[in-house]
Amino acid sequence: MTAIAHLSPRLLPLGDGAWTVEFGDAIEPAIHGRVLGFCRALETAAGSGRLPEVVEWVPAFRSVTVHFDPAADALALGERLAALATDSGSLAALGSRWRIPVCFDAECAPDLAEVAAARGLKPEEVVALLTGTVFSVYMLGFLPGFPYLGGLPPALEMPRLANPRKAVPARSIAVAGRMCAAYPWESPGGWRLLGRTPVRLFDPADATRPALLAPGDEVVWQAVDRGAYDDLERRAAAGSFDKETLKASAA
Amino acid sequence: MNAVVEVIDGGTAVAVQDCGRTGYRSLGVPVSGAIDPFLMAAANALLGNAPDAAVLEVGLAGPALKALSGVLRISLAGNLGGQVVTSRGQARKIQPWQTATLLPGDTARIGANGGGVAYVGLSGGVDVPRQLGSRATYARAALGGIGGRYLAAGDRLACQVLSGDPWLESSGGSDWLEEEGALRVILGPQDDHFTAAALQDFLGRPWRVTRDMDRMGLRLEGHPLAHNQKGADIVSDGVVPGSIQVPANGQPIVLLADAQTSGGYPKIATVIRADLPRLAHLRPGEEIRFAAVDHAAARAALLRRTQTLALWVEGITTFRPPGVLDEGALYGGNLVSGAVRGDEPALYWNNPQGDCLACNHQPQC
Repeated sequence: MTAIAHLSPRLLPLGDGAWTVEFGDAIEPAIHGRVLGFCRALETAAGSGRLPEVVEWVPAFRSVTVHFDPAADALALGERLAALATDSGSLAALGSRWRIPVCFDAECAPDLAEVAAARGLKPEEVVALLTGTVFSVYMLGFLPGFPYLGGLPPALEMPRLANPRKAVPARSIAVAGRMCAAYPWESPGGWRLLGRTPVRLFDPADATRPALLAPGDEVVWQAVDRGAYDDLERRAAAGSFDKETLKASAA
Repeated sequence: MNAVVEVIDGGTAVAVQDCGRTGYRSLGVPVSGAIDPFLMAAANALLGNAPDAAVLEVGLAGPALKALSGVLRISLAGNLGGQVVTSRGQARKIQPWQTATLLPGDTARIGANGGGVAYVGLSGGVDVPRQLGSRATYARAALGGIGGRYLAAGDRLACQVLSGDPWLESSGGSDWLEEEGALRVILGPQDDHFTAAALQDFLGRPWRVTRDMDRMGLRLEGHPLAHNQKGADIVSDGVVPGSIQVPANGQPIVLLADAQTSGGYPKIATVIRADLPRLAHLRPGEEIRFAAVDHAAARAALLRRTQTLALWVEGITTFRPPGVLDEGALYGGNLVSGAVRGDEPALYWNNPQGDCLACNHQPQC
């Protein structure tokens, strides 16, 4: 499929309380750059009081959904958003790079052997490919704090499970299609589980940054053995683990 | 000052809700909140609460709440009734759209709701800690409410002690009016993923409500809607409560208050805010229709819905429950004020202990 980036962003109605501003139809760094650029422009405009009716905005792979007060004039806001989106340009990355520990032992990675076999690789080669990649956080969705990560090596692309699991353990690292992700919560899920992190990905008690990752961040998985995993998990549960120590540098 | 109620019976699908959790959707956190915010506002208005004070949303059957300390007051909004049983076993009815005062030891037993959702308000609002700015319960991530879950026996809820006259109850003076007719939608954002015939069918044919419904969404069934060559998958983008997703099987799913923040199915249309709460009151087997409107019509409809609510709130009247002396009438010389009715258990006159109701149940008064 050839990616189509819209020359002018499309303004799509999402009911009487939201507009979706769409920059293209594919998962692609150039299109996502426009998404991040528009978010930056929204932040500036809202910060200077120019978008009083806007409640919040949600970046996705190829679009940004802008939520507003339905009692406001939707069409007038739409025109201003379209103009802002046309001029907002692109932003390469604006977040942090995180190095996040992951345990790849059999209990933490129930699908590792099968994925390796299906792709003609040894399990340690799968782990080397995963830990050798800089993933980009495209968006959060599905569950609070659930990051969709782009950049998966083609050698690890796999379809979803035909029979999704009823319960994916919390903090599982998973792949499906061209995406990698991490489950912050136990939930049903059809992605292939290749590891597990001891780090909490969503902490409701942290009101300023409840989700560890944000769109525009980068993630590098760092292999740890079971002993280190158990130790970190205990510290995270006791609240004595500082997630800032995972920050490698500005991306 | 705090009053406290203990949950004796959690009922079925009862949870703390408020206006919802905005500001965190970019992190994948749904808004949640009351699935019928107008009814929630009515429950609060009966108590003189702020419109966004947290309430108990009753999905199926109401709870039993025992006042441990008080005096406090509850309200019922929606198709919901119940009774108050005092510590001495005397019972009196609580009518829908009314308030009822609870003294320490009184238990309010709320019945099953008559379909849809209904709300129980508490004086001053249900005071649970806010999480990410809201008290709204979101069960999938255990956020808000009490441990992010439905009410259970043994839970304790704080609210406010009544100030002022404890025996002046409130009652909705006019009927609660719901809009009728087709549910109004704004087409898009992916109406261009459907054939012309499918768009015509979506607006022209009836849709049957299935049993598959929760706070996240509602499945409809009817003549399947055909996607065009653009297909039934999109690169995931933002969704809202009211989004009508159509997966490959052509059967629509309307998302509700606990809608996830993004989705990968084409969305043919979105139900407007004025009509969204009506979805929460549909019963399996019922048939609905959709009608397309533009933004101006949606805005006018929301204004009208808000005005209808304001009129209802203006119509709230006060009354003395049966058995309570109407002091105003006494001072006015009308001793047969009708305050003591023969057909109801008389709260004051049947009170063998002779507790004084005017001083918050202090027997020594």
